[in-house]
Amino acid sequence: MSGTLAAIGAGLAVLGAGLGIGKIGSSAMDAIARQPEAAGKVQTAMIIAAALVEGVALFGVVVALLSNN
Amino acid sequence: MKKYVWFLLSLCVLLTFAMPVCAQETEAQPQDAAKQIEESDEIAQNIAEPTEEPFNVTDLIMGHIKDSHVWHILDYTKEENGQEVEVPVAVPLPVIVFANGHLDFFMSGAFHHGHEAVTKGDNTYVLANDQIYLANEKGGLTFKNGDETTAMEFHEGLKYLEANAAAEIVNEKPWDFSITKNVASMMLASIILLIVFISFAKAYKKNPGRPKGLQAFLEPVFLYVRDDVVYPNLGEKTDRFLPYLMTVFFFILFNNILGLIPFFPGNANVTGNIAVTMVLAIFTFLMINLNGNKDYWHHTFWMPGVPVFVKPILAVVELMGIIVKPVALMIRLFANISAGHIIILSLVSLIFIFQTLAVAPVSVIFVLFMDCLEMLVAFLQAYIFTMLSAVFISLAVAEHKHE
Repeated sequence: MSGTLAAIGAGLAVLGAGLGIGKIGSSAMDAIARQPEAAGKVQTAMIIAAALVEGVALFGVVVALLSNN
Repeated sequence: MKKYVWFLLSLCVLLTFAMPVCAQETEAQPQDAAKQIEESDEIAQNIAEPTEEPFNVTDLIMGHIKDSHVWHILDYTKEENGQEVEVPVAVPLPVIVFANGHLDFFMSGAFHHGHEAVTKGDNTYVLANDQIYLANEKGGLTFKNGDETTAMEFHEGLKYLEANAAAEIVNEKPWDFSITKNVASMMLASIILLIVFISFAKAYKKNPGRPKGLQAFLEPVFLYVRDDVVYPNLGEKTDRFLPYLMTVFFFILFNNILGLIPFFPGNANVTGNIAVTMVLAIFTFLMINLNGNKDYWHHTFWMPGVPVFVKPILAVVELMGIIVKPVALMIRLFANISAGHIIILSLVSLIFIFQTLAVAPVSVIFVLFMDCLEMLVAFLQAYIFTMLSAVFISLAVAEHKHE
């Protein structure tokens, strides 16, 4: 049972990550469409923000792994 | 003096790569001692049985992610007395343990992959689940089931452990200073770092013109980190913190990339080991707080611009923040790299789960794609760790102009 709960918890964390990174990607696309010359800078900022959001989601995955015993 | 440094470094590299020469085939049957023949029959059975067991994905993945006292290279099956026996080829690594006042040093080959207990002087050591334990009075493992503890003899304990893999072992553990797989891999990465960057520094001094070869590949990366990560945050104090930040960046980068290589010198999961990332985060923590100036401490604990009754609350929050920020660095790097390795191992294991070769093209293409993504993640995680460290350090050493 705790294994299933842990898996559900990890899935929810991944859901959060997907939503967050999707939002970041979408605003990056809007920004690039508005001003293609700034594409390089926008892309760099997007990758950094995505890595930070992914870090938070992986917190959740680590907790799920820890509680898996 | 410089010639000696080069000589020593080359010697270290040669020794590291000479390690496969020590790779031993652990024989299913030892060649001597008549009294060991009974044990060897048992051992041969124990080694032969796993080839009939169903494929266990979790064990395979955890075995690759976890640290180990033996650097396992491959297994091959050979015919022995009409039975197929799996013979592991592995590099035994030194074991350095301290227990009851004795520092013991031996090669992990003495454990024979956990099938034997090692006695040095007064201490008997047992290897189980990749951990070294001190044997109990009967010479074996002690298991705990709810409230009962059962002390077993050595072979009995091993059989019990094979039957219940999740059994809890409550033996005492010695202080384990061994050179494990992760330590050896870190040493290899450090040697590569030293050789590459010392030779770059010399070449940079000798011919300051256009660089060639590997230097031409890494110098833009170095300059990128200096000019776009460290300098925008630290400004004039760049030179003070550049050595630390550069070391952290390239150490994480090289270890991440070495971890992606699937065969011998590269298989170890160094940055996916939370102890390693914890030490890196502790270094950042020390760099931030030992270099904090008066303004930094004043602003964290008695921040201006906020009503007095809120200040104590915010001070507690800021105190937690001082600890949580490096913890976040630690977990981010650990989880990203471990998750990447787990994904790649799971995709490869798909072939073994479905037990058909038809899954292989799909699996291999997925794995190639994931490997490219993992290389991006390797660089990105090194970059993020360095950038956040630079930002935190800049916050600590910032000089504010007060009105």
